[in-house]
Amino acid sequence: MEVSKIDNVIEQYGAKESALLAILQDVQAEEKYLPKEALEYVSQKMGIPLAQVFRLATFYNALSLKPRGRHKVDVCLGTACHVRGGEKILDKMERDLGVRVGETTKDKRFTLESVHCVGCCSLGPVAVIDGEVFGRLAQDKVPALLKEFK
Amino acid sequence: MIPFKIDGQPVEGREGGNVLEVAMDAGIDIPHLCYHESVKSYGACRLCLVEVARRGKSKMTTSCTYPVMEGIEVFTQTEKVLRARRMIIELILAMCPGDKLIQDMAGGMGVREVRFKQEDKDCILCGLCGRVCEEVVGANAIQFAFRGDRREMIPPFQGEAMSCIACGACVITCPVDVIRMKEEGDERTIVRWKRTLKMKKCKVCGNYFAPWFQLEKFKEQAKLPKDFFDVCYTCRT
Amino acid sequence: MKIQTKNDLEKTREEGLKSLYPGTIKISVGMATCGLSTGAGKVYEAIEKEIGKAKVPIRLERTGCIGFCQREPVVDILEPGKPRVFYQGVTPERCGELVEKWLENRVVEDLLFCKMEKEDRILEGSVKDYTIQSTPAGIDGTPNYHQVPFYGKQLKIALRNCGFINPDHIEEYIARGGYFSLYKALFEMKPEEIIEEVKRSGLRGRGGAGFPTGSKWEACRKAKGDRKFILCNADEGDPGAYMDRSILEGDPHSVIEGMIIGAYAIGAHEGFIYVRDEYPLAIQKLKIAIGQAEEAGLLGDNILGSGFSLKINLFRGGGAFVCGESTALMASIEGKVGEPRAKHIHTTESGLWDKPSNLNNVETWNNVPIIVSRGADWYSKIGTAGSKGTKVFSIVGKVKNTGLIEVPMGATLREIVYDIGGGIPDGKKFKAVQTGGPSGGCIPESLIDMRVDYDQLTEAGSMMGSGGMIVMDESTCMVDVAKYFMNFLKSESCGKCTSCREGTKRMHEVLTEIAEGRGTTDHIELLKELGWVTAEASLCQLGATAPNPVLSTIRYFQNEYEEHIINKRCPAKVCRALLRYRILSDVCRRCGKCIKVCPAEAITGKKKTKKEPGEAFKIDAEKCIKCGMCFEACKFEAIEVE
Repeated sequence: MEVSKIDNVIEQYGAKESALLAILQDVQAEEKYLPKEALEYVSQKMGIPLAQVFRLATFYNALSLKPRGRHKVDVCLGTACHVRGGEKILDKMERDLGVRVGETTKDKRFTLESVHCVGCCSLGPVAVIDGEVFGRLAQDKVPALLKEFK
Repeated sequence: MIPFKIDGQPVEGREGGNVLEVAMDAGIDIPHLCYHESVKSYGACRLCLVEVARRGKSKMTTSCTYPVMEGIEVFTQTEKVLRARRMIIELILAMCPGDKLIQDMAGGMGVREVRFKQEDKDCILCGLCGRVCEEVVGANAIQFAFRGDRREMIPPFQGEAMSCIACGACVITCPVDVIRMKEEGDERTIVRWKRTLKMKKCKVCGNYFAPWFQLEKFKEQAKLPKDFFDVCYTCRT
Repeated sequence: MKIQTKNDLEKTREEGLKSLYPGTIKISVGMATCGLSTGAGKVYEAIEKEIGKAKVPIRLERTGCIGFCQREPVVDILEPGKPRVFYQGVTPERCGELVEKWLENRVVEDLLFCKMEKEDRILEGSVKDYTIQSTPAGIDGTPNYHQVPFYGKQLKIALRNCGFINPDHIEEYIARGGYFSLYKALFEMKPEEIIEEVKRSGLRGRGGAGFPTGSKWEACRKAKGDRKFILCNADEGDPGAYMDRSILEGDPHSVIEGMIIGAYAIGAHEGFIYVRDEYPLAIQKLKIAIGQAEEAGLLGDNILGSGFSLKINLFRGGGAFVCGESTALMASIEGKVGEPRAKHIHTTESGLWDKPSNLNNVETWNNVPIIVSRGADWYSKIGTAGSKGTKVFSIVGKVKNTGLIEVPMGATLREIVYDIGGGIPDGKKFKAVQTGGPSGGCIPESLIDMRVDYDQLTEAGSMMGSGGMIVMDESTCMVDVAKYFMNFLKSESCGKCTSCREGTKRMHEVLTEIAEGRGTTDHIELLKELGWVTAEASLCQLGATAPNPVLSTIRYFQNEYEEHIINKRCPAKVCRALLRYRILSDVCRRCGKCIKVCPAEAITGKKKTKKEPGEAFKIDAEKCIKCGMCFEACKFEAIEVE
């Protein structure tokens, strides 16, 4: 974690309370998650109590305090995908990856998350892996799909 | 002073005040948990519900957040209000079945059974400890974290509350007494926040009277001389 | 190019018209998120390659979502003198054929969707005739855009530009009438007149609650204070709803123009657009649009030389559904968590940083320029007595034509689901439509002829919400739907007030008991009581509307709940704990496929070989985890679910 990178982000937005969320999002973009030291540094540099920074970091879904795997798998559990069997896809991923939703595989290859609606409802059930949308999924398509991501 | 009515009784409130504080002053009992006069109204527990009639319209709302307004009519014992309060206390009791205050309040409202799976939490999530720490003490050591059914009041990273000055304000304010403070030898611990601080000894009477860390903070913020706290409060007076 | 006079605006319009209708062939690819997710990006690249090979000049453009998401990627070709053609389901491999055939004045018939000879220019109240001089071969029999059932019954006001302009080209927006309403508002109308016009139009908030927009503006204008804020709620959080996203990706200027007009009417000089973190393309398009508007002098200091100034900032959300609530949204902008506060004092008086603030939804803002240009009289003729104008809906789920549609208020559910939506696929039976997202409810078949408007939906136990419409058929379990929404709400609740936090949690708990076969006859009453206290005692509208999915499904589908509770059966065959997977021994061919895929090793049996008949295949109910893999793998339909 480079302190100078965090300084740059804070300077870009200004060290004001209203910029805290944006600053944390940008700091996270560097590390893929928010290490404890990063939050402590932001708190100290901006003069915002650590308890308040921690509150923000745990409130918003976009912010993660846990390290993530190389590939992020977001299974859509929006209503349309749910009605088309999205839960079954999530369960298959959990079985195949050996983790529960929200966790990262031991080899740090995948982080499995669920998301509510990516807006591709006509393709449901959908999963987004590393930002790419994979639609019209079925349980038996999952192993081949996951294989694509090293 | 702004005149209005509670349960038909004429009362008066100051500008910017809330209905609950006026009711309490007037001796009208409205159950509440998350309200405390030293901090801003929050409206989290939902127990202090009342019905307020204004300009021909009536709605159920929390009395601690409802502003004093001329001509409003407040009703604290309607069937709707009592039904809602009973359900709220049942939900809190299901969350914290071991809290004596909640058991007593529930009993007092006629709640005999809890129809939900009982959890084993003790904190009722009223937020008073965190709010007092922020608004009154200014230490900002603890805050709510997470969201929804995972919400809890904890120090950052669920570790030791590093900004805590062990003043004990949260201990006194907690309505269900689940924050404990203990002193052993020259150490004071706020158990819930895992905070143990060494105490300073008075040069005169030799008693441990306050944590070093706390006194250093006060000196820093109030710009006091270095030896200001060498003598304890009692001995200074 | 700085626009400082009406003349400048007219000049830019001319430029835009040349861009919209160039003298050459123009090919447009729908590149909104739905298009991109079906491969529109690769289609774009493929067409680019073909254009490189072609001997005549061809313009390639990106455009927004035209609404028929089921048929994406969508490509349209426009050439002077010919009808405009729309292709659907285009793949990169077919692009060569598309371009080649067009250059031979032919169409690719199996990909052709519809043709257009006249283009609606509803903002200006005109129609652009393509003046057909020749028709490509193969086009006979292709329906016109307005004849296609999906489009024929729609009235595109909010979606007026989506799919017809490149949102990154401000000139194209201006060419179709954009920013002329702003000019009219700034120079031909007084702020009070604008508010009066919006009031008379009957426009109601499109974000969900349906509060009369004009009255909100008036309250904010009257509020005391010199510093006021204009806000746009683009935190579209309802799962299954993406109307706002499409407007922001396809026509961001419509929202900006609406906000400037509103800011002028209210007297605000600073604004924020709060966009959901999950919409990166929308954020990008807004950034470009705001930049272009500022460059043109349509945003910033001294707009169009009127003396009025407005700065609009973008705020990116952090992934929290509750931030769609007005006070939570404002708290979020202030740098705090999205915890709502009591609204005894309205946000129009004391909102963002305790200043008077006017918050409206994306679609609401988008409607403002057209109310100014066509007038309240025209606008109020559309819709019903209590709900004027149109509404954009995202129609998804168990319906043939999924996508984005816009209909006048008062259209019936039957028209929407069957005429526009095409009905239920696979010969299944319609069961319900869920509207209003997690704050709404399910409308059953018995109400299929109801007219869709704010008040009718609320009366039926649902609400308009942001416009998500999820169609459900006989294979959807209503108990499961209620459980699904409670699961969503209990984790999206900010958790501040006891009634919402504990209420949603316990409703989910009870629904889980029912779905897993442990329901008791008391549970329905318990759900109603929990629903009552959550609705009545909660601080904000998330809590107040949270019980709707539960209460509406109990109201219309109580028998389904009873089946789960009394008979421990799930009629729709969804609730796993109540299912049993069985192999039909007389149908089973003993191929062994099911054993291969079963993750729980719950199937026993011997494969049939040339020499041996094998042994009967059986599923051990104790080991079976009801994943359905065997059911999906069996080619002989030998596995039954009950």
